[in-house]
Amino acid sequence: MKTQLMSANYAAARAVVSARVEVVAAYPITPATTVPEQIALLSEKGIYKGEFIRVESEHSAMFACIGASSTGARAFTATSSNGLLLMDEALHWAAAARLPIVLANINRSVSPSWNIHVSHDDSMSKRDTGWIQFYVSSVDEFYHTLIQAFKLAEDERVLMPAMVNADGFVLSHTVSNYDHLDAEEVDKFLPPYEPPHWVMDPENPVAHGNIVFPEHYQEFRYGMHEGTKNSLKVYAEIEAEYKKIFGKYFGGPIEHYHCDDADYVLTSQGTIGAEARDAIDELREEGYKVGGARIRMYRPFPVDPIRELAKKVKGIASIDRSVSYGYGGPVANDIRASLYATDSRPLVKSYIGGLGGRDITVPDIKEILLDLVKTDESGEAGPEETWHDLR
Amino acid sequence: MPKTSYSKPSIGATGKTGSWRTFDPVINYKDCSKCRTCWLHCPEAVISLEDDGTPHIDYDYCKGCGICAQVCPRKCIDMVRKGTRDEEDTE
Repeated sequence: MKTQLMSANYAAARAVVSARVEVVAAYPITPATTVPEQIALLSEKGIYKGEFIRVESEHSAMFACIGASSTGARAFTATSSNGLLLMDEALHWAAAARLPIVLANINRSVSPSWNIHVSHDDSMSKRDTGWIQFYVSSVDEFYHTLIQAFKLAEDERVLMPAMVNADGFVLSHTVSNYDHLDAEEVDKFLPPYEPPHWVMDPENPVAHGNIVFPEHYQEFRYGMHEGTKNSLKVYAEIEAEYKKIFGKYFGGPIEHYHCDDADYVLTSQGTIGAEARDAIDELREEGYKVGGARIRMYRPFPVDPIRELAKKVKGIASIDRSVSYGYGGPVANDIRASLYATDSRPLVKSYIGGLGGRDITVPDIKEILLDLVKTDESGEAGPEETWHDLR
Repeated sequence: MPKTSYSKPSIGATGKTGSWRTFDPVINYKDCSKCRTCWLHCPEAVISLEDDGTPHIDYDYCKGCGICAQVCPRKCIDMVRKGTRDEEDTE
């Protein structure tokens, strides 16, 4: 392991080399472009040894990955925003074909209005495609989570594709240190992919995507749901192994920061969770018992860790960098729903903000947490949702 | 339960798909030149050939797409609405 200085996208390209990916098919879109661009460069230099397929669209990119993964190759792509949306049909296909493809989605706002900066509404709108979803907050976490994602997706108990989301520009183009692993080191953790379920092999032909009548279709969907839910347990094993081999641990499905004695906690996804640490430090200095819970895994939703957190706190402020039109913050709604059947239901306030790349900085996070405290102390529930910094 | 739906090569993996047919292709053997064009174009591979090239359609699996009738150079395959033909026509 050696420490390098790299942008998140360049580090993602190196994760592809470290994980011995065999096929990359990608189409450029800002801010994901520098991921495949860097892989192409590494390919030219002979460092990336797999196939690099230049396709004519994101739809083709994902279907090329589907073809590759069907033959037992380890496949990867990267995209953003409208590119991810163009993949939609193929995303559903990859999941239902149980192909462990890994996708780096560099979160970008969906057009129109044209905007290349971060919102999470691209990936949130893919919630029900069957893709496991991670949200990361640092270059180092992005690199290592991508490597872990292959192991998780390829586990026989899971066999679902995985999407690792990183905030556009705020993270993707930000240069920071990360700990690089050579492929030889990763070999100790990640063996070659051997499809345990089905494979496209000319020697043993199969037809995939056949008609399935009402008698069986539902059972295949149940299998996808089970595989996705299993990924919480399997990811815990993977993280334990990764920590043992490489000394790296990013906090499980939820990274907790000062949550043990906290009365009020901010939940967030992506880089806001990293920014929140400074806000929490400042508020703690001012005497507030606050903490941060950064949700790293959005699907499957970490229901049990959320319930554990809810037992300890008086209030939760959920910040969503996306909106489900007509029903508010998607993560806030999931948090509320996961607590409904329990006895520990603290105040859960939903904040929507940071859309289109509007910065959520330390003062913003402090304002949100203090609003939560004020609302709780007032004894009222407050508004169902609050749009932060709405002009 | 397999993880996803796939089938291995076998006859009728999804049942007797001939039941989907609306029109039956009927070969007029009197005019047939045994050129094998129908056999070559059948997307379901349900046309088999005798040694001399005489084609036979497997009605258990023919979906009635009509491609054989379309490509037949002598136009000696008729598409006949299901249930209106005499089964013995084609045997």
